[in-house]
Amino acid sequence: MATKALIELVDVSKRFTKARETITIFDHLSMTIAEGDFIAIMGPSGSGKTTLLNLLGGIDTPTSGEIRFAGQRIDGLNEAELARWRAANVGFVFQFYNLMPMLTAQQNVELPLLLTKLNSGQRRQHVETALKIVNLADRAKHYPREMSGGQQQRVAIARAVVSDPKLLLCDEPTGDLDRAMADEILSILQLLNKELGKTVIMVTHDPEAAKYARRILHLDKGRFIERELAA
Amino acid sequence: MNDLSLIRKNLFRKRMRAALMIVSIFFAFAIFGVLGAFLRAFYAGQDLAQADRLVVVNKINFTQPLPISYFNRIRNIEGVRQVSHANWFGGYYQDPKNFTVVYAVEPQTYVDIIQDLIELTPEEKKAFISERTGAVVGEALARKWGWKVGDRVPMGSNIYTQRNGSQTWDMTIVAIARPTSPRVDTNFMMFQYAYFNETRTFDKDTIGWILLTTTSPGINDRVSKTIDAMFANSPYETSTDTEKAFNKAFIAQLGNIALIVGLVVGAAFVTILMVVGNTMAMSIRERTREIGVLKTLGFPRGRILKLVLGESVLLTLLGGLPGMAVAFLATLALRDSISQFVPGLAVTADIYIAALILMLALGIVTGIIPAVNAMRLRIASALGRA
Repeated sequence: MATKALIELVDVSKRFTKARETITIFDHLSMTIAEGDFIAIMGPSGSGKTTLLNLLGGIDTPTSGEIRFAGQRIDGLNEAELARWRAANVGFVFQFYNLMPMLTAQQNVELPLLLTKLNSGQRRQHVETALKIVNLADRAKHYPREMSGGQQQRVAIARAVVSDPKLLLCDEPTGDLDRAMADEILSILQLLNKELGKTVIMVTHDPEAAKYARRILHLDKGRFIERELAA
Repeated sequence: MNDLSLIRKNLFRKRMRAALMIVSIFFAFAIFGVLGAFLRAFYAGQDLAQADRLVVVNKINFTQPLPISYFNRIRNIEGVRQVSHANWFGGYYQDPKNFTVVYAVEPQTYVDIIQDLIELTPEEKKAFISERTGAVVGEALARKWGWKVGDRVPMGSNIYTQRNGSQTWDMTIVAIARPTSPRVDTNFMMFQYAYFNETRTFDKDTIGWILLTTTSPGINDRVSKTIDAMFANSPYETSTDTEKAFNKAFIAQLGNIALIVGLVVGAAFVTILMVVGNTMAMSIRERTREIGVLKTLGFPRGRILKLVLGESVLLTLLGGLPGMAVAFLATLALRDSISQFVPGLAVTADIYIAALILMLALGIVTGIIPAVNAMRLRIASALGRA
């Protein structure tokens, strides 16, 4: 396992104000995620899992503290800079796939590449490679409605890795799938971590899914209460 | 795939909804194109009017006559360069339904005074002056009835009667007048006033209006006042104005056409604006999560704005451009059949330009609010993760 830090959270606090009430999600949270790690984050609802994922993915910004990615601070970036940073460094996998229904698998995977300077031929090559990684090259022309949940999630993984980001953030990636399909998806994530060196951070409620990770972190009320190594 | 294909796929994800919006925009622009062409044709006379050409009519109303003697008196006023006169004949060919613009004119001077509008060779002018029953026919009218020089045509009048009780005057076509510009309407006929005056039973030695040019547009006002003052307190007081103002007043007799057309087109567009604007807003609201995903992938705010605005602009172009094409075809089909009433009916370049500007404006106005909302959308809220 690599030891070089990819992400560092230093004294990160996150507070929301709702109906004149301030809710503290994190209070001076610090953590380090090494490059090439595969972490499963577990915890009850409201423990701050999704907020943590939002902060790590540059979707949200901390109230205070520092977030560093590959040594570079991202907590102070503005919206446009964060968008560019996300496009270059982070791939997202959601529970409900979030594919565009009017686009084929191939076109869905191509979406992040529209933000690059690649020409159409180069984009096509990247898309083919990404679809081969998730074993869906033969479904390239299919629309999401023509695919099973597991296939749709594989397309979503291909979309997440097509621009070759270092970090994969997965929010309950198997939450909508049966066991067999979930294992298939988790195997792909494990492959991306082991073979391609992607750093994977996965939020899950499923202990079986967490076993695919190298580390499991339990989050409760904004604090990591337990750390253990996966089997 | 590129942004345009993404816009297109988004627009047609609900085909029936997109088709209905396109059809409504299509009709709005078809109406705009046809009514615009009507309006343009209606007011074309004003644009062709010469700045130094004045028209003298009866002060009561331009349908009331003036004595022929006014022609000679006006000719002697200082600053007047050319003078002629004309009389409305109320003409038709073969059947009163075939309304035709026919004037009885003073041939020598009338041809000279409108030489910026029509072309006649010196021989044709000479023939018009010397032939008592001679008539000059505009190119479009001659084409319509298949007339050629030398033809004798019986022209009916729905106003005047001959001494022999007939309402038909025999005329000999001595020339076909060619327009100096495509915008000049040549659906007209003019014949000798002398022939008309000798044969009619009433209003003898009167004329409809006097047309004159001055030595300079700068003295128009002075000449107008001199003419009107000359005939003040007489049984036939005059009103002298520029040809442009006269044409405008003539059209105003029919009501404020521009206002009516403006209201019709305006109503159509306000309806479209509300329907399309609301549908676009609804369509974008339905896609909140997808817009959140695009932003998560790194699509910047400006790109999101462009994608949504592109959708509404593409929608108006897909409806508007075929609408204008149909307006073009409709005016082409109508042109000949209504040329007597609305000559020169055509969708002109300025109408196309106005339509294109309107399409873009409509697209931007209907798309801007959903586009800005999409641009400002917080990812966490859009994904339901806040």
